[in-house]
Amino acid sequence: MAFLDIKQINKRFGTQQVVCDMDIAIERGEFVTFLGPSGCGKTTVLRMIAGFEAPTAGAICVGGQDITAQSPQKRGIGIVFQNYALFPNLTVEQNIGFGLKVRKLPRREIAAKVAEVLRLVELNGKEGHYPHELSGGQRQRVALARALVVEPKILLLDEPLSALDARIRKNLREQIRDIQRRLQLTTVFVTHDQEEALTMSDRIYVMNQGKVEQHGTAEEIYTQPETEFVARFMGNYNLLKAEEAHQLLGLQIDGHMAIRPESIHVLSAGSHELGTFEGVIRRHQLLGGVIRYQVESRGVALWVDRLNRNVADLLPVGASVRLQISDDDMRVVR
Amino acid sequence: MTRTTSRIGAWIAMIVGSLYFLLPLAATFLFSLKMRRDALSFDAYKVVLTDPQFQATFGYSTLMAVLTIVSGIVLVAPTAFWIQLKLPRLRAVVEFITLLPLVIPAIVIVFGYLKMYNSSAWLPLTAHERSTDFLLVASYVTLSLPYLYRSIDTGLRAVDVRGLTEAAQSLGAGWGGILLKVILPNVKSAILSGAFLTFAVVIGEFTMASLLSRPAFGPYLQLIGANRAYEPAALAIIAFLVTWASMGLIQVFARNGRAKRKAA
Amino acid sequence: MAITDTVDEPAAVSGGTRPRAGQFLTWLGVAPFMIFALLFLILPTAQLMVGAFQDAQGHFTLNNIARLFTDDILSAYWISFKVSFVSAATGAVLGLILALAAIQGGLPAWVRPTLMTFSGVASNFAGVPLAFAFLATLGRIGLLTALLRQYLDFDLYGTGFSILSFTGLTLTYLYFQIPLMVLIIAPAIDGMKTEWREACESLGGSGWYFWWHVALPILFPSILGSALLLFANAFGAVATAYALTGSSLNIVPILLFAQIRGDVLHDQNLGYALALGMIVVTGLSNAGYIWLRARTERGRA
Repeated sequence: MAFLDIKQINKRFGTQQVVCDMDIAIERGEFVTFLGPSGCGKTTVLRMIAGFEAPTAGAICVGGQDITAQSPQKRGIGIVFQNYALFPNLTVEQNIGFGLKVRKLPRREIAAKVAEVLRLVELNGKEGHYPHELSGGQRQRVALARALVVEPKILLLDEPLSALDARIRKNLREQIRDIQRRLQLTTVFVTHDQEEALTMSDRIYVMNQGKVEQHGTAEEIYTQPETEFVARFMGNYNLLKAEEAHQLLGLQIDGHMAIRPESIHVLSAGSHELGTFEGVIRRHQLLGGVIRYQVESRGVALWVDRLNRNVADLLPVGASVRLQISDDDMRVVR
Repeated sequence: MTRTTSRIGAWIAMIVGSLYFLLPLAATFLFSLKMRRDALSFDAYKVVLTDPQFQATFGYSTLMAVLTIVSGIVLVAPTAFWIQLKLPRLRAVVEFITLLPLVIPAIVIVFGYLKMYNSSAWLPLTAHERSTDFLLVASYVTLSLPYLYRSIDTGLRAVDVRGLTEAAQSLGAGWGGILLKVILPNVKSAILSGAFLTFAVVIGEFTMASLLSRPAFGPYLQLIGANRAYEPAALAIIAFLVTWASMGLIQVFARNGRAKRKAA
Repeated sequence: MAITDTVDEPAAVSGGTRPRAGQFLTWLGVAPFMIFALLFLILPTAQLMVGAFQDAQGHFTLNNIARLFTDDILSAYWISFKVSFVSAATGAVLGLILALAAIQGGLPAWVRPTLMTFSGVASNFAGVPLAFAFLATLGRIGLLTALLRQYLDFDLYGTGFSILSFTGLTLTYLYFQIPLMVLIIAPAIDGMKTEWREACESLGGSGWYFWWHVALPILFPSILGSALLLFANAFGAVATAYALTGSSLNIVPILLFAQIRGDVLHDQNLGYALALGMIVVTGLSNAGYIWLRARTERGRA
């Protein structure tokens, strides 16, 4: 049995089914992300794990023990919110020590633990500051420290980076992952940002409309989407309808064909390898290290990525090219 | 468990609160029906409503309220607009001034008028009836400044005053046109809210009217209260209904405004 | 009185430097308002304040101020202070409880708007009609008084209670103080994030722990500030007290009212001193309110 085991969980608000028969299993020390658009139910599941919402049906077990009916106070699960939720009347030190004070630890022990965790989140020196004197990134690290210091069995992160600037977001992303690895802390991370999910997670649960669409390692989710939704949500995929796939490749399929832009090989126009087909460059976008071309072939538009090596490499609009896609890179999705 | 107990506590608080607030109203209403010894009747209302004094004072106060609202809006709306558009650094000063009537009690303000505008002063406003009426309206505008300025200013903040003005200017509109055709329609509900609040405050106002010796509804109420038994109760109910109607209309306009903004 | 919190947004810079004529025209835009405020608010009040330090011939004197410190006037200030203080403190506590119940008590959705609208009405239902309502309820022949006597055999006035007394006046003032508190404190309660409570819960803190260590400390400046505003509100109120008690209760606004009417003392300069005293008291409590509000807003930023 997994460390955090969620079985057939359901949540209904009035007549609205927000979470429907989800099964989730998370091992000790894993960093797992719930990924999905807003309203997919990911935050609701997180709040049920924390104990803020009671499931309409189903069970939540931690370490083999059913905690479905337990109050949030007794669960020993830490949570970090998107808007930090620091207590504005308390200093950094008091905020972090809050949970220890609740547990009536001796003052000296509290001070020692707070100092230690402050070092962990690299905020030493900020003990006496109030939350409104800190930047967004610093506040979120205080919130993280506050959740960590009580040594929770599980750490829940509810879109903790969404309110931050892009640059700070990237730094904090690495810092969180780093701390999580060091503490071997079982962590559930909720986000709607696929890049965040891919870079941070051991495993990802992609959710949509209250259901788990697909789960697996970051690599699996990215390279082997099982449904049209996942392919779309992970971004960039060329998604061909059945008739387009037939038109372009002469294949008969059910559902959609998903092809990653970087898996399409571009060959020079004169090349006559097997399994290639002709196309014309329609436009291109510079994405930094990669140039993304739109190539039209047999009435179908495809996105094709090529590494941006040097200026001479750029294929001009209107140029003819030959494209090649290996069988492994053509995925039929539901 | 804690959620349920707190909900029960909340219900108890609401029920006790409602009792405290509804009991005097119910008692007053019942009391107002008891003019006839043997049965409940609306006699007190009949007496009050047919009293020419009532009609005269209520009419006078209504007129004063309307004048107050019109002059208050004419004074406050362009100022609030101008402050947002051209003189944001004056905002704090103007806001402070508009809050002063909450600090300086009405009785002190009117006392000041009596000193400054008495019949032997350089501007003897209290010497004639019409000029005293003017002074009364000015005092009411002063009293309503906090409400009126706040609701209009809030309304203006909710729309992009600068953007709207600049768009109108670039389309060739003059200042009058901008205020009347662009800004005003957008803050209509805020202005109306302020207007009804002003009406509720002014209609039964006692201190100013009494000390300026004007035949207004407030002093009339006080006079009846000192001399009659059942009529005051009827008057209290009428006054309450007027206040309630003003507040109800504010809600209606506030909701309309919100709905319109959402639709836009 | 509906006072909602305003948060100043960063002031936009007005369009660059202009020639002096343009600058003059810009200032002209606020001239009507400034002239009005000067003529009908600031100058009259300033004249009173100056008058408080003058004798009948216009010479400077501290005599008027000194004469405030007589037993009669001091006791009027004291009673005014007590009525305002008790009605503000009680109103603040009860208003807070009502607002909390409506906003965070988990009651049906219609409760809150109903309470807010009613509070708008009740906080403006001050003055003469309110006095009538309480006379009709708790007066000597009031309905509640009669009901208590008839059905519970309880003689309210036998206990020494009178609607014309300190207790009666305070009870009446509460009718507009409580709703006023509900209106002023509601935005502060709305500012309480649910995540604070949840963060506290996930750290093991109970409901009480949360209230004592987080919610009350956060709300405290708002509560105290609102109570100060309530205090000023009661201290300056004339109409309710006058209609309720006539001149029988010796409170400052009524004393001043009688003074202006010329009923009692007919000493203008003493009147000015009385007025000055009122401004000082209400001014101080409002300054306290503004200071506390600024402090709270800074904390939220």
